[in-house]
Amino acid sequence: MGFVLGRLGQTVLVLLVAAFVSFSLFRYVGDPVNNMVGQTASLADREAMRAALGLDDPFVIQFFRFVGHALQGDFGISYRYGQPVSALIAERFPATLELALISMLIATGLGVPLGVWTALHRGHWLSQLLLAASLIGVALPTFLIGIALILTFSVWLGWLPSFGRGQVVSFGWWSTGLLSWSGIRALVLPSVTLGVFQLALIMRLARAEMLEVMRADFIRFARARGLRPRAIEYRHALRNTLVPVVTMIGLQFGNVFAFSIIVETVFQWPGLGLLVIQAIQFADVPLLAAYLVLIALCFALINLAVDLLYVAIDPRVKAAGLVGRAA
Amino acid sequence: MSALLKVESLRVEIAARTRILTAIDEVSFEISEGEILGVVGESGAGKSVTGTAVLGLLEKPAYQAGGRILFGGQRIDTLGEDALRTLRGKEIAAVFQDPLTSLDPLMTIGDQLVETIQTHLPLKAGEALERAGQLLAEVGIPAPRERLRSYPHELSGGMRQRVVLALAFCCEPRLIIADEPTTALDVSIQAQILDLLRRMCRERGTAVMLVTHDMGVIAEATDRVAVMYAGRIVEIGPTATLLVGASHPYTRGLMASIPDMRRREVELTQIPGSMPRPDAPVSGCAFHPRCSIAEARCSVERPDDVVIGPSRVACWFAGDTSRSVAR
Repeated sequence: MGFVLGRLGQTVLVLLVAAFVSFSLFRYVGDPVNNMVGQTASLADREAMRAALGLDDPFVIQFFRFVGHALQGDFGISYRYGQPVSALIAERFPATLELALISMLIATGLGVPLGVWTALHRGHWLSQLLLAASLIGVALPTFLIGIALILTFSVWLGWLPSFGRGQVVSFGWWSTGLLSWSGIRALVLPSVTLGVFQLALIMRLARAEMLEVMRADFIRFARARGLRPRAIEYRHALRNTLVPVVTMIGLQFGNVFAFSIIVETVFQWPGLGLLVIQAIQFADVPLLAAYLVLIALCFALINLAVDLLYVAIDPRVKAAGLVGRAA
Repeated sequence: MSALLKVESLRVEIAARTRILTAIDEVSFEISEGEILGVVGESGAGKSVTGTAVLGLLEKPAYQAGGRILFGGQRIDTLGEDALRTLRGKEIAAVFQDPLTSLDPLMTIGDQLVETIQTHLPLKAGEALERAGQLLAEVGIPAPRERLRSYPHELSGGMRQRVVLALAFCCEPRLIIADEPTTALDVSIQAQILDLLRRMCRERGTAVMLVTHDMGVIAEATDRVAVMYAGRIVEIGPTATLLVGASHPYTRGLMASIPDMRRREVELTQIPGSMPRPDAPVSGCAFHPRCSIAEARCSVERPDDVVIGPSRVACWFAGDTSRSVAR
């Protein structure tokens, strides 16, 4: 429990820093009052608006007001859309989360087994081929993969849609494309595009870690104990490989979620990425600030989940956590 | 006593990038049932390679290039991987140098014992666990039942090496290859572990190939000694004989380097120079550049083995008492 509490404390600190940075954005992109009142507004009108928005107050008070509102889910009104930022984000959030989850599922589900396989069959021609392919996967820019996939599967073959989310089913504020055939079809190309780089990365890391572990003394000793190759490879080597691989999968999930902007642009995916790229063009600061805080929250939660997974996988982490609490 | 292990003219080569190096050459020795054979020599003399070859665990780029290995009268170096695997851990067990890295860090000691026992013996999980507890008690681990649930990192180095011994003995092997089993431990623990190994072997009639570079260990624990130098056995014979009247100049040098508490010597005897590496072999007798009694022929012709009493020596001047006295 001490371990979990410590991590939670760190998480709160990280979120506060992220909120501070987001909030500071407001102060460096000019006077929001200029955007909100018309050009013909008098100086008195401006002052009134300024006072109404609380912009007269000291910086610290403004910051804590921002944090207080944020805690209640209130990030203000979008300059561009004139709607509450939280509603805009809530509307777009499911699309991006779904895309990120599916692409990481593909990347992890294929990347870890392929990495392990290529490590165990080093000389095999297929292993060499996969390794070369993974290099291409790491090197190719995402937008190029997206365009190539659209060209092949949408334009030439006409199998899959090239843009949009298809038909979505709503549950309250949550909307999902996973329950309709057109929604699933629409998800294929964007999630593969987003997942290719991650797949290659995870495969290469899993392979490198597996090779490293297979050289370890305890694997040699397991051989000397006469254990079956399957037990050595999967019960001993794979588990020891997973610790660093899980870390990277967690961090990459954060990346995929936060920076799906390119894929969402290429596929006109109605998610956060698309919302944010438009917000950047319009200098829609409240929206950007809320987005930054949300991304920080996601990373913090993912890191927390990864830390907890460590405890489940590696008994030494638990011991270190307990020692940390005692000290 | 019949020979339990018989190694005949064993040759191991290493395929280096540009050429083939000879790691060990013409190595022949026998170990009887219940006998403890010490294998001693400097680092790189080929002691560990010999042990690894007997276990059938040579890994690329090293491979057996010649000779035969017989265990209980059956040739084992030509067995398939599966047949060899059922022999390893059951008939021939191993203890490696570093107990800190010999055990899987992510698995409890009990699980590691049980998996080894169940791999080789037809026992149910409960029976295997029972046996695991008994073994821990036998190797002198306090509160063995509770310790079954411990992870390796929760034990000290000495305790971990006791666990490794329990793993080695868990299927009542007839031979144990112990590769520097005490080198990584504190001096005070070394004697305990060595004593435990020797006692358990004597009780069960287990034979041991005890690889070490510690002459004290040899004098303490072995019945016979094989002295290795630059990939060959230069002298092999009963420990008592070698300690007092070794025939090979290298063995005599080694024996003279054992500190003797009864004599007040300020300086220990040293053998000048260093052993030739496999990538720079020496013509004739490999020891001749460091030998005090070497003559012209020593640098040209490799000496054959000569049998002197219970020993076998590879030196042109073995048995030449006038020379062996004048050293």
